[in-house]
Amino acid sequence: MNWLSQNWERLGELLLNHVALSIPAIVISVLVAVPIGRLAFRKPILGGPVLGAASLLYAVPALPLLVVIPALAGLSPRSPWVMVIALSLYGIALLVRTSADAFAAVDRTVREGALAVGHSPASVFWRVDLPLALPVLIPGIRVVTVSTISLVTIGALIGVSSLGSLLTDGFQRGIVASVITGVVATVALALAFDGLLLLAGRVLTPWRRWSHEPRGGIPVDR
Amino acid sequence: MIEFDAVSKIYPGGSEAVREFSLRVPSHRTVVLVGSSGSGKTTLLRMVNRMVDPTAGRVLIDGEDIQSRDPVQLRRSIGYVLQQGGLLPHRTIADNIATVPILNGMPRKQALAEVPALMARVGLDPGFARRYPGQLSGGQQQRVGVARALASDPNILLMDEPFGAVDPIVRRELQDELLRLQAELGKTILFVTHDIDEAFRLGDEIVVLKEKGLVAQRGTPQQILAAPADEFVRDFVGVGRAERQLVLEEVDGRTLAVDGDGRPVGILRA
Repeated sequence: MNWLSQNWERLGELLLNHVALSIPAIVISVLVAVPIGRLAFRKPILGGPVLGAASLLYAVPALPLLVVIPALAGLSPRSPWVMVIALSLYGIALLVRTSADAFAAVDRTVREGALAVGHSPASVFWRVDLPLALPVLIPGIRVVTVSTISLVTIGALIGVSSLGSLLTDGFQRGIVASVITGVVATVALALAFDGLLLLAGRVLTPWRRWSHEPRGGIPVDR
Repeated sequence: MIEFDAVSKIYPGGSEAVREFSLRVPSHRTVVLVGSSGSGKTTLLRMVNRMVDPTAGRVLIDGEDIQSRDPVQLRRSIGYVLQQGGLLPHRTIADNIATVPILNGMPRKQALAEVPALMARVGLDPGFARRYPGQLSGGQQQRVGVARALASDPNILLMDEPFGAVDPIVRRELQDELLRLQAELGKTILFVTHDIDEAFRLGDEIVVLKEKGLVAQRGTPQQILAAPADEFVRDFVGVGRAERQLVLEEVDGRTLAVDGDGRPVGILRA
């Protein structure tokens, strides 16, 4: 506790860094994976291999990736963008298949009906496919979020500071309190983001409260 | 007026859905395409709003070949009612009904303001406006589907087995409602069903389809029941069915019509 009281400011700073690395990576993952998932759903012949390749990305070990990215992207090895790119790649790998599944889960007849009454293909995507894919998409995004927040800690190994720095420092200098604080803060941050997304999912899909059979109190026909 | 001029549809895989079908649907009339699955009836219906394009022949609306029309604009000018309503499950009843006017560029507020009147017209409590389709019964959802189709006051209504998924009592109510609406509004209706009794109840003219849009017989319900063209129509219409075999019986000085099972179905008026 003594250690913590002396390191509040540092904890706050590292927490902000951690968030600043996580959010862009999560946003990029969603923005890239959802269109790929949709493409894979629409054009399975093209999409199958793309899904396979994207999923394979997850099998690439983190440390070599962190070495290769600066070389390929022409970035300084300690640039925060190296971490953002690496985390985005993992996020995309996690989310593409879920995205394809999310669009496949949308009832075909609803999509057809929307087209038949005069939605343009673009408006079918924005007003029908995307909202109706949310119930599958949002749990996928929650997984990516939690995974990204925990993976950010690896950045400390290449000198990108985050809550992971508490772990590396703590190990090197033998400060147990630092390690524990790093672990607890990372888990708490992940849970907080997960909770926010859970809430956002509820707010964005109000119809789901009645998606199945009508319950009591709803008048029947006649 | 809708005209099918020798339309055919062969899907890319080579399967033939419709072969050289021609029909004229006069304005302000209800024409029912009736046939079992594989008769091509839904394919024909979907040609009218270009959900399906014919591989040969033309479809004309008021004399204009619809191939020259933008499909999206064309669909917005035609009311379409699907089985189970085809409603958007994630939008409220009001938003569903206001869909087409909003797509046509009407301000949302104005489109929503017209919703209660549309709901009342199809026999729905306007209090349902803020509910979601999942909160309504099948029959109510079907009424919403009809209200949505009427929202932009189209001349043409396409109805694709709209009452197929509800129980017989509700189906009967919905059919009555449609007859009442049609008497009021006089739309040009093309209606698809596999239920011959529904066809008889709703159609000014009925087209009995065999397979691939081959016309077995067309005519008024009276003509078809009185003189089925062949064995296929006779079977389809169920001329031999007990409930179509009526005999007259004298009971206590009144004349009853009794069906083939001996059940009385009505009284003959003097």
